[in-house]
Amino acid sequence: MKELIDEKGLRIDGRRVDELRPLKIEVGVLKNADGSSYIEMGKNKIVVAVYGPKEVHPKHQALPDRSVLRCRYHMAPFSTDTRKPPQPSRREIEISKVIREALEPALILEEYPRTAIDVYLEVLQADGGSRCAGITASAVALADAGISMRDMVVACAAGKTSGQVVIDLNDVEDKEGEADMPIAIMPNLNQLTLFQLDGILTPEEFEKAFEMAINACRTIYDAQRKALMDKYFGKAEVGEE
Amino acid sequence: MSAVKKSIVVEQLRKAQMIELLSKEKRLDNRGLMDFRPITIGIGVIEKANGSARVQVGNTQVIAGVKIEIGDPFPDTPDKGLLVVNTEVLPLASAYAEPGPPDEDAIELARVVDRGVRESHMIDLSKLVLIPGKKVLAVFVDVNVLNADGNLFDATSYATIASIATSKMPRYYINENGQIKQSDEIIPLPINGIPISVTMARIGDTLIVDPTSEEEAVMDARITLVLDEDGNLCAGQKGQPGTLTFDQVKKAMNIAKVKAKEIREIIKGEIMKDVRS
Repeated sequence: MKELIDEKGLRIDGRRVDELRPLKIEVGVLKNADGSSYIEMGKNKIVVAVYGPKEVHPKHQALPDRSVLRCRYHMAPFSTDTRKPPQPSRREIEISKVIREALEPALILEEYPRTAIDVYLEVLQADGGSRCAGITASAVALADAGISMRDMVVACAAGKTSGQVVIDLNDVEDKEGEADMPIAIMPNLNQLTLFQLDGILTPEEFEKAFEMAINACRTIYDAQRKALMDKYFGKAEVGEE
Repeated sequence: MSAVKKSIVVEQLRKAQMIELLSKEKRLDNRGLMDFRPITIGIGVIEKANGSARVQVGNTQVIAGVKIEIGDPFPDTPDKGLLVVNTEVLPLASAYAEPGPPDEDAIELARVVDRGVRESHMIDLSKLVLIPGKKVLAVFVDVNVLNADGNLFDATSYATIASIATSKMPRYYINENGQIKQSDEIIPLPINGIPISVTMARIGDTLIVDPTSEEEAVMDARITLVLDEDGNLCAGQKGQPGTLTFDQVKKAMNIAKVKAKEIREIIKGEIMKDVRS
């Protein structure tokens, strides 16, 4: 197994076990969309557009009591080391589904019966944890679109590399490490909306990873808020930076 | 929604009734909250497959077949054999399943089952290499859902592991000309241990194991946890557009530990019967 943590306790990109990658969130980056956002998390670069509430096509998908949420997570062919064919893979179909299920609890879809809300995530560059960065950015784009929400949704992975529990795994750590556990939470309601696990964790490691991922989500939530505040209330009022 | 009918009015009426019942720790089929339906496993039901298993969990019925073929390794894992898990929810499985390519539910199902088998290292894929970087053995597990009555995740997983654990194949060798040949000797796949999947549903504030399709139609969230032979978690997935509290996740973990142990006994018993015969 590849050594992913050195004797000083630093990871291959120089981070500590509980340190996030550099994070940047922008709001309202696409003019045509009703809401949009752009996120950079490490080398991940993802743009998200929200269209809706709008008329449903095909019509039979419409629901009489609420809006239909639809998500499409898609990776650009140039986003990975080897070219990814543009047609949706089984992985992308599964991720689109879990992202939709992670976002839906936060949306008050009952306010928009017989409509659809489309969330399009385009991964321009992938660097491990793209579904988490995508969820974080999608929640910001949904807020930017003015969709009624109960809470934000924020996601981060925890996992295990070289025998240690770490957060926010990058590409190499995800591939070479022992476990990857992405989660998404609603940070104010304290509810879990996404949970996946890939790899082996002992029950104790699981508890630790779960705590660390939740704490990381709370840090990322502050960045989501700041990005939205910057756009809607002007940078000066928030102070710092 | 492949196998579960979602009807809004009926769903809401049913849900109120179900929550009422669950608050008294009762279920429609009289099971306890933590009881699985009876699990029956038939091994080796398809002679032409390398391994096969028909699993029933209550009225849910699935059949898994393993085919082992010679294939090319992935460029990034030249020293490992291949494992491919695919599932089909056949139109004969439910009034609401339709023919066509696997939809997102079937893809999620296959990928979660695949993850459990892969991440637990059930098959030692490094022993399936014939010519490093060129030829390896590929293990294809195809699972067909014959009757969908809830908890396809666990039924599919049990059929997958039972069929893999009892697969038999000829011994392959490389002759002096560098060609791949089969010997008459029949050997099993290199197996390390079996992962056990435990799926729970949250309806209202209650967690139940092994939901039926009636329960799935009204559930808020689903969580599947897969435990390996050492009792460690090796895969997990939350499903459905509902949430879980952080405590519910920890509770689910404790339930999974207990149930995985019970079910491991049952499945191992069936596998051992086959191995001895």
